[in-house]
Amino acid sequence: MASEPGGFTEYIQHHLTFLKPPSISPDGFWAVHIDSIAVSLVLGILFCFWFWLKARKATSGVPGKGQAFVELVLEFVDGQVKDVFHGDRRVLGPLALTVFVWVFLMNAMDLLPVDLLPVITAKLGLGHFRAVPTADLNMTFAMSTTVFLLTIFYSFKAKGAGGFMHELFTAPFGKHPLLWIPNFVLNLVEMLSKPVSLAMRLFGNMYAGELVFILIAGLFSAGGWALYGLGLIGYTVWGIFHILIISIQAFIFMVLTVVYISMAHDHH
Amino acid sequence: MEFNATLIGEMISFAILIWICVQFIWPHINKAIEERQLKIAEGLNAAERAHAELKAADNKAAAEVKQARQQAAEIIDRAQQQANQILDKARADAVAEINRQKAAAQDEIASMAQRAREELRERVGALAVQGASKIVQREIDPAAHKALLDQLATEI
Repeated sequence: MASEPGGFTEYIQHHLTFLKPPSISPDGFWAVHIDSIAVSLVLGILFCFWFWLKARKATSGVPGKGQAFVELVLEFVDGQVKDVFHGDRRVLGPLALTVFVWVFLMNAMDLLPVDLLPVITAKLGLGHFRAVPTADLNMTFAMSTTVFLLTIFYSFKAKGAGGFMHELFTAPFGKHPLLWIPNFVLNLVEMLSKPVSLAMRLFGNMYAGELVFILIAGLFSAGGWALYGLGLIGYTVWGIFHILIISIQAFIFMVLTVVYISMAHDHH
Repeated sequence: MEFNATLIGEMISFAILIWICVQFIWPHINKAIEERQLKIAEGLNAAERAHAELKAADNKAAAEVKQARQQAAEIIDRAQQQANQILDKARADAVAEINRQKAAAQDEIASMAQRAREELRERVGALAVQGASKIVQREIDPAAHKALLDQLATEI
């Protein structure tokens, strides 16, 4: 493909195109990314079913390996939440666990060979397929917006409508009426920057990771055994490195979610 | 999307990746899991052992309390027996003393009665002699007729 530049560009473009419903204009509002939704849904159900199964059979005696693993994950997440948030963890704990495991599983789709799922879906007659939901801005923004709404909800819940408004207009500069507008503008920017940065960070890392995989995969079809070997090495090394990235990104997303919601509880 | 050597290469890399996970990542997780299992098992064992020890100690304490109670009961029994013995002995002593004193008093009474009887006999003898001397109007020598008078006195 590399012998004809159009081929490789097409290869990349093909990999970066979402699966959309065919009957709807591809740029329209309802042109949902079926692949992102399907993969995230399947992984979400997998996570829920897996943990539910282990929780259902949980014993207070010596746990089996599966239960011990689930317990390790749970304890790790709970420990992180406990460090950041000093309050009732009955909602925030499970939320953090869901965010961590779900994002991790979605990120882990990046480790699958980039052509594997597209080849399979092509056989089923579906033209495009992107396997990594977290490399889809819609997905990351969906999650970060949910977190944003939760921070608003908890701000109201922890401080009351009056307290929250008071804080919006008087922090951080002071109570003077002249400072109300600057305070509010600054708080607005701060509040809105959180979901944007949360979504963009995850999306950027995953999208870049996916793109690098695609670019290295281009070496396989570049012609010549030397380039094929280079592709093998590069793909493997990037894969190993990516194990670190997907874990760290899932961890960061989880911790920031907890931090943002915990900040909503803080009084200024 | 066509199936070609690209996918083969990716699959080989994926296989290597899986191998690396199995070799270098999974052992760490597995170790953590096994340590956790071991820790929990040890904790449960220790708890069970402590439970058993507590139960044994409870049993031992109960047995000792029971034994002590038994001993106390025995001691009380023995004390009561001793008290009874002492009481019995005192009672027996008292009865013996009473009997002895009674016997002594009876002896004394008997000897006194004897003395009184003898005295009476002597007096009666003397009176009889006086009476008789008055009747016979003559002097009777008490010394000469003592044997006669004594015989008379014993006959009275």
